[in-house]
Amino acid sequence: MSHHIVEVKDLRHTYPDGTAALNGVSFRIHHGEAVAVIGANGAGKSTLLLHLNGYLVPTGGEVRIGDFPLTRETLPEVRRTVGMVFQDPDDQLFMPTVFDDVAFGPLNLGLPPHEVERRVMDSLMRVGAEHLREKPPHRLSGGEKKRVAIATVLAMSPDILVMDEPTTGLDPFARRQLIGLLKEFRHTRIFTSHDLDMVLELCERVIVLREGVVVADGPAREIFRNEELLAACRLERPLSMQGCPVCGNTARQSEDITRKRKEAMDE
Amino acid sequence: MASIEGALLDFKRLDRLAAGEMAIHRLDPRAKVLATLVFIITVVSFGKYELTPLFPFFLFPVVTVAAGDLPAGYIVRKIALLCPFALVVGMFNPIFDREVLVHLGPFGVTGGWISFASIVVRSILTVGSALALVGVTGFSAVCSALERMGMPQTFAVQLLFLYRYIFVLTEEGARTARARELRAFGKRGKGMGSYGPLVGHLLLRTWERAERVHRAMLSRGFDGRFHVRRPFRFGVVETLFTLGWSAFFVFCRLVNVPDLLGSLVTEVFR
Amino acid sequence: MHMADALLSPAVGGTMWAVSAGTIAFSSRKVRRELDDRKVPLMGVLGAFLFAVQMINFSIPGTGSSGHLGGGLLLTILLGPSAAFLTIASVLVVQALFFADGGLLALGCNIFNMGFIPAFIVYPLLYKRVVGKHPGPVRLTLAIMVSAVVGLQLGPLSVVLETWFSGISALPVSTFLLLMQPIHLAIGVVEGAVTVAVVSFVHKARPEILQGALEARPIGVHLVRTVLIAFLAAALLTGGIVSWFASKDPDGLEWAIARVTGKEELKGPEQGLHGALAALQNKTAILSDYAFRKPVAPKNGGTQPGDETTKVEESRLGTSVSGLLGALMTLAFALLSGFLLRRRKQPAGRAGN
Repeated sequence: MSHHIVEVKDLRHTYPDGTAALNGVSFRIHHGEAVAVIGANGAGKSTLLLHLNGYLVPTGGEVRIGDFPLTRETLPEVRRTVGMVFQDPDDQLFMPTVFDDVAFGPLNLGLPPHEVERRVMDSLMRVGAEHLREKPPHRLSGGEKKRVAIATVLAMSPDILVMDEPTTGLDPFARRQLIGLLKEFRHTRIFTSHDLDMVLELCERVIVLREGVVVADGPAREIFRNEELLAACRLERPLSMQGCPVCGNTARQSEDITRKRKEAMDE
Repeated sequence: MASIEGALLDFKRLDRLAAGEMAIHRLDPRAKVLATLVFIITVVSFGKYELTPLFPFFLFPVVTVAAGDLPAGYIVRKIALLCPFALVVGMFNPIFDREVLVHLGPFGVTGGWISFASIVVRSILTVGSALALVGVTGFSAVCSALERMGMPQTFAVQLLFLYRYIFVLTEEGARTARARELRAFGKRGKGMGSYGPLVGHLLLRTWERAERVHRAMLSRGFDGRFHVRRPFRFGVVETLFTLGWSAFFVFCRLVNVPDLLGSLVTEVFR
Repeated sequence: MHMADALLSPAVGGTMWAVSAGTIAFSSRKVRRELDDRKVPLMGVLGAFLFAVQMINFSIPGTGSSGHLGGGLLLTILLGPSAAFLTIASVLVVQALFFADGGLLALGCNIFNMGFIPAFIVYPLLYKRVVGKHPGPVRLTLAIMVSAVVGLQLGPLSVVLETWFSGISALPVSTFLLLMQPIHLAIGVVEGAVTVAVVSFVHKARPEILQGALEARPIGVHLVRTVLIAFLAAALLTGGIVSWFASKDPDGLEWAIARVTGKEELKGPEQGLHGALAALQNKTAILSDYAFRKPVAPKNGGTQPGDETTKVEESRLGTSVSGLLGALMTLAFALLSGFLLRRRKQPAGRAGN
């Protein structure tokens, strides 16, 4: 598994009730890339994500993770390689304590106890949640839940991180914290989100879905400048790329300001 | 809807108590579960007219509450609200059982009243000890204790899952009920016509949540089996705790301590 | 109606515990053998659903009162008997521990009354037979109504019997039945109606959920028979053993036995203590003659003041007063020790934090 490539070829999915959610989606994501899949509600984003670790079986087409096509035989390996963080952390944290929850994956991998312990502590440290280890999940705040959910996935040491709506329901501080954390990762990262400002900050590349088809795939800034495309897909420019109604800055100026602020923060 | 939120808050409070750090919290949960079981069995094993010998048993819940630093007022209030069924049924005892058993000065006390009083004391004791057990142990620990004492894993896992999602679903239920409450005026809109779909919606959402949880489990390599770490240790302290309390209970079961004490005092002052 | 610890004798409570524990073991094995790992989260989350739903009320027309769904039948229809039984049992465990609905000893009874009856009696013997393979709406409604009503007659009946066999309550069986059954007829009808409403809602929105449950392999007659036979055997065995021990205790005989055996059994430091107390008890023998307990012949309710008690009639007052006094003193001692313990603990606790 030298290159963590995600390749989707002409992927189609029709649900049992006849709804066609994906109608031939193709793309290729390379090692270390951060890619956002955006689109209106019902455009097929979540369906697409559920194919990436084999929870849904394609009606047509193919998914390849690394060097393997996704089949029943490669499923366990693929699920270890692709770490999925779901939208609602309450769905992901089901064990009695944070520690047990983060240990759930490594224990399922059959790792020895000391290795499990090490991985749990490493991943919790990574997301800054080691002080929460003995807490039950229902007593965490929204931001803490999200970070622990990410730790549960990191403990499997995946090569590819897939996250569905990572910033939903977080307060601005927790959101900022999370974006900072996601920036540090060197994994191949795939997000879906309606938080286009986050997308702009984290991803160089954006894939736009509409009615189960890829209508655009390219550099984030380029796509966010294409008003026509955005309108057709029920999207709009990220706020940081819009002109400011209060101080009268133009879009270009506010973009510069955002970039400067970003650079300042990165230092 | 005040009741559902109140119940949830109450639930959360008891749950938080269990996170205490007193010495009794750190005991192996099996010791506490065993002692509580012996306690309950000895308490209910008294005959229906035995009232005074029950009193030494108060020592156990009281000491547990104190040692666990639980808020006594809260526990007492909780006990006071409980067991309406036992009380209602017990109320019939004085009506049906009128044989006078004891004379307190000029008053004759019937067997019915004595057995009713006994039912009340039993309720307080059994309920109090159960609450104290949860308060100093915590639900998940009680579950793992029971599992290590032979409860099937499937059921233990079921209890843990249930416990985890009670918090999520009660909040969801409370939100739904509130939404109905806000648009229902008086009794209107709160009948069965709206109840069926409301519960139906909640059920569907629950079902979908179960599917999402299952997905989350699969993506972390779940294969139908649970691997849980077990940090407990049944050491000397636990053995002493269990044996000590059990010996006390059996002793109080066999010797009527209050009667002894009372007669001693009346003898002295005679 | 949750059965309560205070009304139970150890024999009945123990028997029902054994029965429920056995059924839990049986159902757990069965669920695990099905190897449907989707059921693991489904059962857990549906248990939480049941818990939440029991807190939401609806108003019952014309009565001014309100009710809520019990849900045992609904869960059994959705999950099948074994999984539903485990789910209901788990909810009752949480209720017993956190809301002390009933208590820990009564848990066995409650699991039987509210879990075993709908899942292993009403569902296979009644619901499945009435509903058939491909039910129309009328047939489904009928099956649910009948099952709900019958289930809610059997549950209270079982409560009455458990109370009666325990003999703590003095309420005559006939009166008790007259109090319980008609009310539960009404409750059963309401439960049936609500279950029908929920099931038809689900049927419209996601038919495949119910379809899966309907087409599930019906549990064979032999399975029901196995469970029932195992239940009877467990009930007879534990009931026999426990009541053999228990029958000795209320009639005062055990005091004598204890006096004989107590010294041998209690060892170590207790021996000295017990010895001292026994000596003390001998000194005060006239007063502590347990007149208070002598006239009691509990199980059959009748009280026969024997001639022995008339002899100690004089000391009766003394005994009962001393008994109550002693009880109050013990209570005060218990509370005081708690108070002292806490006083001592508090600074330590603060230092710990």
